[in-house]
Amino acid sequence: MEMINTICTGPTPVRECAVRTGVDIGPQTGGVVQSVETCGAVDGPGLRYVIFTHGCPLRCQYCHNPETQGKTCGEITTAGEVMEDVLRYKPFLRRGGLTISGGEPLMQPEFIHAILRDAKSKGIHTALDTSGFLGARASDELLSEVDLVLLDIKSGLPEKYREVTGVPLAPTLQFAQRLDAMNKKMWIRFVLVPGLTDSDSNIDAVARFIATLGCVDRVEILPFHKLGEGKYEAMGKPYALSNTPTPSRAELAHAQDIFAQHGVSAIC
Amino acid sequence: MNTEEKNTINPQPPANKGSSSPWRGFQNGDWADTIDVRDFIQQNHRPYLGNETFLSQPTERTEALWDELKALLAKERECGGVLDADDTVVGKVDSHGAGYINRDLEQIVGLQTDKPLKRALLPYGGLRIAAKALQAHGRDINPETADLFQKHRKTHNDGVFDAYTDDIRAARSAGIVTGLPDGYGRGRIIGDYRRVALYGVDRLIAERKAIHKEMQDEEFTEDWVREREEIADQVRALQALKKMAASYGFDISQPASNGREAVQWTYFAYLGAVKEQNGAAMSFGRTSTFFDIFFERDLREGTIDEAGIQEIIDHLVMKMRIVRFIRTADYDELFSGDPTWVTESVGGIGENGEPLVSKSSFRMLHTLRTLGPSPEPNLTVLWSEDLPEPFKEYCAKVSIDTSSIQYENDDLMRQYWGDDYGIACCVSAMRIGKQMQFFGARANLAKALLYAINGGRDEISGKQIGPVFPGVEGDFLDFEDISWRFDNMIGWLAKTYVKALNIIHYMHDRYSPEHLMMSLHDRAIYRTMACGIAGLSVAADSLSAIKYAKVKVLRNEDGLAYDYEIEGDFPTYGNNDDRVDQIACGLVEQFMNKIREQPTYRNSIPTQSILTITSNVVYGKKTGNTPDGRKAGEPFAPGANPMHGRDQKGAIASMTSVAKLPYEQSQDGISYTFSMVPRALGKLEEDRIDNLVDLLDGYFNSGGHHINVNVFERETLCDAMEHPEKYPQLTVRVSGYAVNFVKLTREQQLDLINRTFHSAF
Repeated sequence: MEMINTICTGPTPVRECAVRTGVDIGPQTGGVVQSVETCGAVDGPGLRYVIFTHGCPLRCQYCHNPETQGKTCGEITTAGEVMEDVLRYKPFLRRGGLTISGGEPLMQPEFIHAILRDAKSKGIHTALDTSGFLGARASDELLSEVDLVLLDIKSGLPEKYREVTGVPLAPTLQFAQRLDAMNKKMWIRFVLVPGLTDSDSNIDAVARFIATLGCVDRVEILPFHKLGEGKYEAMGKPYALSNTPTPSRAELAHAQDIFAQHGVSAIC
Repeated sequence: MNTEEKNTINPQPPANKGSSSPWRGFQNGDWADTIDVRDFIQQNHRPYLGNETFLSQPTERTEALWDELKALLAKERECGGVLDADDTVVGKVDSHGAGYINRDLEQIVGLQTDKPLKRALLPYGGLRIAAKALQAHGRDINPETADLFQKHRKTHNDGVFDAYTDDIRAARSAGIVTGLPDGYGRGRIIGDYRRVALYGVDRLIAERKAIHKEMQDEEFTEDWVREREEIADQVRALQALKKMAASYGFDISQPASNGREAVQWTYFAYLGAVKEQNGAAMSFGRTSTFFDIFFERDLREGTIDEAGIQEIIDHLVMKMRIVRFIRTADYDELFSGDPTWVTESVGGIGENGEPLVSKSSFRMLHTLRTLGPSPEPNLTVLWSEDLPEPFKEYCAKVSIDTSSIQYENDDLMRQYWGDDYGIACCVSAMRIGKQMQFFGARANLAKALLYAINGGRDEISGKQIGPVFPGVEGDFLDFEDISWRFDNMIGWLAKTYVKALNIIHYMHDRYSPEHLMMSLHDRAIYRTMACGIAGLSVAADSLSAIKYAKVKVLRNEDGLAYDYEIEGDFPTYGNNDDRVDQIACGLVEQFMNKIREQPTYRNSIPTQSILTITSNVVYGKKTGNTPDGRKAGEPFAPGANPMHGRDQKGAIASMTSVAKLPYEQSQDGISYTFSMVPRALGKLEEDRIDNLVDLLDGYFNSGGHHINVNVFERETLCDAMEHPEKYPQLTVRVSGYAVNFVKLTREQQLDLINRTFHSAF
């Protein structure tokens, strides 16, 4: 709650932010969207309309959407308006659907719940892209509107996770287990950052955990990239990984091998 | 007409039965009695609904021949673009003897001149231009040829400049109309080359002669006598075609009797066309499913196998890849990359709902694998939602691998042009053998807007080009005021432009006629006057800025508006925002209506295209600062594309804006270029294929007409670093993040190139 209010104290809010009541999750439910991508092809199956919501409690060193962190305000909108736009692209979404990404979508659970519910009712496949840290904010009702969860597990070791993201690991693992118990389909994603997340013990811990889950449909190793660096510069934020290289093919293959040792087939 | 023609023609169709008849085993129909290739296809084609697994690898002969050709092509590049050019012999259907790349290897023969990649001398369009083209490539025209031609022949170019008006000359030199085909062949005519294979030349000559005879009693008009003369000339062109084929040892007087002959006969007909005409676009038609009927019969008869069929198609395609014309430096700048638009249309659905997809549709696309990617032939898939899924997937797969396929909306075009149309040049649909177009140039709508602001004065030179009326007064542009002025200005523009085209096509018919191509048409021809517009997105965004933001005019000491300051935001075309997309749609309709008001040569039906090819760069160069914030000299977006960097909501929003442009008002085509990196299309190959199929289905479902699909690899990204204007929408998405490639710094781009191509796969 507080966080939402904080986000909306940005420079020039177009509309009053307090549209959300926390009770009603109808089309009027308000929220903050950083941007949209109408041609998403890597965040879930098929072509996807991707909404990047504003706000994230994590401070991942390699975050490529730093503009979704902190106080800068995106566009204040409502679930109804979001869905109205999504529906304009329905001819393209036959095999795809809607992905809510961020930021961290679960910063605005009522807002995304309203969007997801509306999307499901219109026959649109839904995916939620999350770090799982705020998984507890996702009610069972909300999750019942989600077809697929794209869960980022940034590390399998608690200290490392904290080093990478600034927050504890446990909530993410608990969320994964909860989704598994609900039989919720998951794609698990792990970002391989040389010198940060690429130690064998770290990869091993992630793989070991994934191997305990039954509902994982796909595991993706995402190679670290520096495409967000310019944004840090523009925002006057320090970028900790400017000297970090992108992982080599061999490093990616090595990570795949470690996953395979746990019976997990990971693509990259 | 040569009445002494001794050749007794047997106009009777060959029998369908009998083991030696060329038509043995074909299903009969109207096509046997009248010239009707479409009916032949309808009667005999069986759709192929399977996948690509039947395809075979290139034969040794194909590889050896292609290696020889690749060496020649490399040499051509090293020579600065032109390997060899004829400076003496004037090109005609039968002007040169037989020429070969390697006679022992070639399964399909025939070259434009006596040597591969040697360009023909074609001065009918303009002697001076032909000489200039040679000069541009370090050669001089043979003085005797030049002298003889000058004394005895008037050219198209001479005729055009005899008739041009002051207005046309001024518009032309100011660049508000650019690319007029007043010195090169107009092209964009597709002869129904298949007729030669199906009927043999003798039957076609007999048909022409019958027309010539039957029209004798029609009343005299200038149109009548012109047509009569043309038909007589067409008979001569067909006789010359036979002679040319005979020089290669083939008698094409009778129908082709097997698949190889069908391809060879058809190619000879096309070759005759490109020997005598240096048309800007010399398209091939829609042949693969036609050929397939012959190949299916060969397979039934056990006379060929899959490797043999692919070899024939491969060898045809090699020939299509080496069609050449010599051009002037100006031309090369406007249409860069030495294009010839040997467009071959593949796929589509019949009016009966049956797919016109055959195994040979696959084979034609497969040449991009057997021979590797290539811009020519310009392979165009006529896309329908109802195409068989395996074919859609194969198209997508080849597109992703080669970026060499373009797509056009068959469900849309079939309503206008039936199911036997082909694409001429890039986007222009025409019923094959029944239709042609008077094509040429583009009107620069962005510049017209500046003329509207400046009362007809050119924003760069200050000269009065358009009609005189007072320029805009006051510091800020007013939408209503500008709309009225703009409407007047484009009225003048359309009048000047269409008059120029009328003159050009009158003179082209007279001094540089396409007798062979026209001999492969019906008598009744639907002619379109195909105009074009450039700068649509700049004009639309400029009007949006004027309407939704405040645009302040900056004037120089002569009172000429030369720049604009924009206060506030405005919606831009390419974001699926109706506020501005409707402005773009309105512009298309508005200009089309102005064209419709003009009289047209030979009662042709006015149409227009939104297509720039590579000329968007030249148009941009010739256009000053525009009210949308575009700076003087900056390239326009190509075709109907949004301006690069202004589409902020991703590729689908962008293509949805384009899909709104009304085809009804732009029946000559609406070109959209879409570029993506493979990773942005999906993680796994099967994801990418499915996603591209869905993109195409979605775009065409939304009413889109044409799309160039580029899925770029490393080299292309490198090129994009040097020429960002060519890649307005190169998108990179990585796990929830999207960037426009050309917006990245050089370092970032290099980073991306390394990551995408070396690291990530």
